[in-house]
Amino acid sequence: MQSSKEQAPVFSRAERKARNANLRGRFGLVLYVVLLLLPIYWLVNMSFKTNTEILSGLSFFPADFTLENYAKIFSDSTWYMGYVNSIFYVSMNMVISLLVALPAAYAFSRYRFIGDKHMFFWLLSNRMAPPAVFLLPFFQLYSSVGLFDTHIAVALAHCIFTVPLAVWILEGFMSGVPREIDETAYIDGYSFPKFFVRIFIPLIRSGIGVTAFFCFMFSWVELLLARTLTSVDAKPIAAIMTRTVSASGMDWGLLAAAGVLTIIPGMLVIYFVRNHVAKGFALGRV
Amino acid sequence: MAWMSWTLPTALFFIGIAVILVGMTTWQIVSPCVERRGFLPLATTRGDRLFIGLLSSAFIHLAFVALTDVNIAVATVLSAFWMLILMRWG
Amino acid sequence: MQTKVENNKAWLLVMPVFLIVAFSAIIPLMTVVNYSVQDIFDPYTRYFVGTEWFKQVMLDSRLHEALLRQFIYSFTILAIEVPLGICVALMMPTKGRGASLALILVAIPLLIPWNVVGTIWQIFGRADIGLFGAFMSYIGVDYNYASNPMDAWLTVVLMDVWHWTPLVALLCYSGLRAIPEVYYQAARIDRASRWAVFRYIQLPKLTNVLIIGVLLRFMDSFMIYTEPFVLTGGGPGSSTTFLSQSLVQQAIGQFDLGPAAAFSLVYFLIILLVCWVFYTTIMNMQKDK
Repeated sequence: MQSSKEQAPVFSRAERKARNANLRGRFGLVLYVVLLLLPIYWLVNMSFKTNTEILSGLSFFPADFTLENYAKIFSDSTWYMGYVNSIFYVSMNMVISLLVALPAAYAFSRYRFIGDKHMFFWLLSNRMAPPAVFLLPFFQLYSSVGLFDTHIAVALAHCIFTVPLAVWILEGFMSGVPREIDETAYIDGYSFPKFFVRIFIPLIRSGIGVTAFFCFMFSWVELLLARTLTSVDAKPIAAIMTRTVSASGMDWGLLAAAGVLTIIPGMLVIYFVRNHVAKGFALGRV
Repeated sequence: MAWMSWTLPTALFFIGIAVILVGMTTWQIVSPCVERRGFLPLATTRGDRLFIGLLSSAFIHLAFVALTDVNIAVATVLSAFWMLILMRWG
Repeated sequence: MQTKVENNKAWLLVMPVFLIVAFSAIIPLMTVVNYSVQDIFDPYTRYFVGTEWFKQVMLDSRLHEALLRQFIYSFTILAIEVPLGICVALMMPTKGRGASLALILVAIPLLIPWNVVGTIWQIFGRADIGLFGAFMSYIGVDYNYASNPMDAWLTVVLMDVWHWTPLVALLCYSGLRAIPEVYYQAARIDRASRWAVFRYIQLPKLTNVLIIGVLLRFMDSFMIYTEPFVLTGGGPGSSTTFLSQSLVQQAIGQFDLGPAAAFSLVYFLIILLVCWVFYTTIMNMQKDK
């Protein structure tokens, strides 16, 4: 309130203060990011070393740069099939989740109906339920219907958390689309399916992309269910990695290389979803 | 179905839940309910009170099983009363 | 908020989701309930035992310990991640190329498969081949997460902080970006201190996202399995055995169907309760807006 009296000096002091704070902020952020990336860097660094070099001492750069670890993964079918299996069931899961979640999210964002809130909560509770709780019955269920060790079994099992995620994220995006658009389209004589596919889906294209990314992500990072529901034919890379860990005589270089390869898919697409990354992780509630 | 290992009590339990859900839906269609404020510290609909009732009943049963040796039927009767109070005045 | 149209035909649109999630959630849940009241040797040799397993599970001291560890763990990581996440979000630039870069770099740990997170820290924490382990021995701490329970805890907590603080930071960052510039201008005119700006402008806007952040972090840490499984396998002893881990040990390791099912149900009820409390809070806050 008194600022009008001696505005000029105060303002400049405040500005200097702000600039200092800004500088401190930048420094803190850089420090944080460096600490954040250090473990990842260590993994990458290790994946280019030979095992003898890894065990002989610490170094920030591989002295004896080698691609042998990666070569081993790409030449051994038990290894690279793990990636193929993972990508296969993850993509399947992504498609299923999007197909069922799109109409449901539309219903939640546009209509009130009996039990809507309870349904929404039930979906959320499935996202929150620990996979360990469902482990045994899943195993029995998929064995009894003859789906054990198939990709579709894992894809369906992962639906338990990706479908709620997809519905919540999409609902968030759809609520941002004004309802007048729907009404105008109906007045213009569009039927619901035609309106939905021709007009509505293009409108929330970016939302669908983000949702697809997050379905992919959450299915990709999960290990417990994927490991329990597969044995040979559909074994995911994550499970193959843990098996290597328990084997005698650790092949650290190989393990690091396999780890690096699992990080890559996320890194490739994060750029496209950077502005929605918070929304996705927060189930569309930001 | 064999792998699901059904027993009579659990089958009855799930049939009971299903009947309640169907009943609540019909009730809602016949006479839609409005949100209201009872002795619970938040505005609830009938469905909300049913959920709160079922969840708290589950915890009542667990407490009885863990802490006492009395017959589980006591807990069930108690829960039924609690549900009734909750649905009416909650 | 726009008012929604009342239309029960919307159920038709929700049906596919209902069916697919019901297949994966309701059938298994029914099975768990069935298992929990029986002693099962195989599908044809089973005996009804009533509530016996529940009693056994609720009085099992190992599970009490696992539950206690779980709560300590969840509250520890929340106590670290929430303030740290807010700090990081406040430091992130809001405009320009730097903003995108910071956003992407901070988000990276979130995109790493959970078992690889375990692997990364397994390597990183070893004194012979890992930087962190080597650093600890360099400064004179006898650090070994595989044999010392305290070190194992430290590593598991550190791993979770490393892995999930970015989530809190990203949520807060998007909350901060929603604050109009006018608010800051007004604060500047009032010569508000940095603390006052945070306390009266930024924090109120953050409550919404923070509740979601706390919900997600609490729930996900409550079901944590993969990372400690890879890192310590629940040990040394059972010092990092959390709820999911002891459940999996019981269900898959010993194949004790009945007790494992009873345990699952108790676990699930706790989750349901916490989840409902958060859901109600979030929905009421949205209504108030």
